[in-house]
Amino acid sequence: MNRSRTRAALGALCSVGLACLIWEGFARSGLFAPALAPSLTLIVSALGRMVLSGAMLWHALYTLYRVLFGFVLASAVGVFIGILMGRFRRVERFFVPLVSVLMPIPSLAWVPVFILWFGLGNAATIALVFYAATFPAIFNTWTGVRSVNRLWIRSAEAMGADERALFQKVVLPGSLPFVIAGLRQAFARAWIAVVGGEMIAATNWGLGWVIFDSKEFLNTDVMMASLAVIGIIGFTFERLIFQTIEQRTVSRWGMVKTVRG
Amino acid sequence: MRRALIPFVEAVLPFVVVGILWQAFALLGPFPPRLFPGVETIFSTFVRLVAKGILPIHALSTLLRLILAFSLAGLLGVALGIIMGRYRWAEDFFLPLTSIGNPIPGLAYAPLFVLWFGLGNLPAVLLVAFAAAFPIVLNTWTGVKAVKEIWIRAAQAMGAQDRQLFWKVVLPGALPYVLTGLRLGLARAWRVLVAVEMLTSVRLGLGWLIFGAREFLNTDVMLAGIAVIGLVGFLLEKLVFQKLEQLTLVRWGMMEA
Amino acid sequence: MHQIELRNIALEYASTENHVTALQDVSFSVEASEFLCVVGQSGCGKTTMLNIVAGFLKPTKGEILIGGKAVTGKGLDRGVVFQDFAQLFPWRTAQRNVEFGLEMKGISKEERAEIALRFLKLVNLEKFARSYPHELSGGMQQRVAIARALAYNPAVLLMDEPFAALDALTREEMQRFLVDVWRETKKTVIYVTHNVAEAVYLADRIIVFSPHPGTVKAQVKIALPRPRDTLSVEFLNYQKEVVYHIVERK
Repeated sequence: MNRSRTRAALGALCSVGLACLIWEGFARSGLFAPALAPSLTLIVSALGRMVLSGAMLWHALYTLYRVLFGFVLASAVGVFIGILMGRFRRVERFFVPLVSVLMPIPSLAWVPVFILWFGLGNAATIALVFYAATFPAIFNTWTGVRSVNRLWIRSAEAMGADERALFQKVVLPGSLPFVIAGLRQAFARAWIAVVGGEMIAATNWGLGWVIFDSKEFLNTDVMMASLAVIGIIGFTFERLIFQTIEQRTVSRWGMVKTVRG
Repeated sequence: MRRALIPFVEAVLPFVVVGILWQAFALLGPFPPRLFPGVETIFSTFVRLVAKGILPIHALSTLLRLILAFSLAGLLGVALGIIMGRYRWAEDFFLPLTSIGNPIPGLAYAPLFVLWFGLGNLPAVLLVAFAAAFPIVLNTWTGVKAVKEIWIRAAQAMGAQDRQLFWKVVLPGALPYVLTGLRLGLARAWRVLVAVEMLTSVRLGLGWLIFGAREFLNTDVMLAGIAVIGLVGFLLEKLVFQKLEQLTLVRWGMMEA
Repeated sequence: MHQIELRNIALEYASTENHVTALQDVSFSVEASEFLCVVGQSGCGKTTMLNIVAGFLKPTKGEILIGGKAVTGKGLDRGVVFQDFAQLFPWRTAQRNVEFGLEMKGISKEERAEIALRFLKLVNLEKFARSYPHELSGGMQQRVAIARALAYNPAVLLMDEPFAALDALTREEMQRFLVDVWRETKKTVIYVTHNVAEAVYLADRIIVFSPHPGTVKAQVKIALPRPRDTLSVEFLNYQKEVVYHIVERK
């Protein structure tokens, strides 16, 4: 088991290495100007420069602050509404049409409106992240509560569980796989929203803003370096945090098979 | 007759409630009407823009871009996913790259694509196709991998050769995943496209319409544009993909209705 | 000449930890139109043996002769029915499932439809030709699978616990039905099961496998007229004899 994991990691390293080599060959071939296709050495040195000067840390912290603020708020609201929808018919009937109309609107379509309402800066971006993350959280929680196996509810009732115990000990853990999947999806949406929002609505700080700003000065190396940081943070959340939570809980209960990829 | 009215009322009620809340906020809230127009202003702007043909032409060019980008992503994504599912070397090389690339927001590449391909349609379509391809590739690959061993054995026992195995068993067997991938890809393409239109300065497009309206504080135009965006997204989901699934997977019992 | 002959079949493989001998020195033969049942505890290698005969696995030693000729791979001379209902292709109707093997042979569309309908009729499912697998019950799905394995006219039918996942009543019905189909088509059948009563009910001859390593332990010829009475003393005696061979220690 462990051996196969190290092998997979090694294979991934090889393929990333190979892709880097191809890029390096392409960058040095002179087909594109170095300003447009910087070589790896340039990208790495830009990254190093920004990390050492502390600038990259601040950009990342601003982005993280915005995304986490919006995401936590959205999770709380989304899970709450989702549970109410799953438990009460009236709430369900009220929210389902709204959710199904609002969910397909790309969050970034709201950026110009939010800028007008909240001004440039943190508030607009956080509102955007909130909008992007709420709907997946609602939708998945609602699905999860509805899909709790009826047999579990019946047997808990037969064993004398009251409404409260039923909810805390059966409905909540039973819908957890969906809730976790929903939060995972919500974070992915939030991450997209924060980067896009920062490009359009942020001032001076944030990873999205750096990328957009460096376009003006053709700083492709800075752009690529920030892209790498965005990728690493996204990957960390997706793989290390959400996957670990999933493995600790629902996979251990055998409720979902963890599919890689 | 009254029975038939109830579901209709139930579907409309939430919108009426939200409309009233909106209206109350527009009248009593802190925002001037320019920034937070009432429902009647948004509606009349919507009608005016549709009548003048402004909204339809922007919507049409956005749709055209979407179709182009999505077809590109679908063709290349499914092809790559199948190759990854069938050949070890392709899987070893591409799987780590797609897994790492998948969580990076496609939009983050926008400035890069603008530098490479200039402003306008080309970077917009390429970027949207690029972003949409990831879920398509990953799901197609999973689907090819998940084709049941017993189907392959049964087909081999009945004399299926490699080619027949591929066309008659692997492809239909992987279809549920491929369709999921296409669906996710289309949703992603739609989300990215609207934002990309803001960043690559295309001449026509819903994203550009909204973004441009900001200069003149035309909040009513923006909200009318958002309404169209929501409508198109909703119709794409309902009309295109649910129909397709109904015709194949639900019919075959590979997915519940 | 025997219809099927296994000569000194052995299968060994190296797992991560140690060396496993799944089958050792398996030899037996089956006559044309004979119904042979293979019984044994789970893990005794009976399914592995069937997979080797079907050509899904290659033995490390020994050879298999069908109609006197040595075979190595898969072939249209053998039809296979698995235990899993999921063996049917969900994207094809019952009829199109049955047509699959004929399609591989390159038979024309009209002829395919005609043959498929004939075999669906044989399994009493001609009314369900246009149904998709998920619309059929488990027993019906297994009957389609049997029709599918018979349609391209293999000489041998290999069955791996095809009724194990069915409920008891349906299983009994399917057993009676299988005997009818077998008598009508005169196929040679190798039928793997762990259900002794089922084996005694179906078989002309029973081969008992023993595990670690899997090998043939005993053979019992069932000399009872058909249809068989499962409550008769003779039937129960045969059952006892087979069970005795299974549980007896070396």
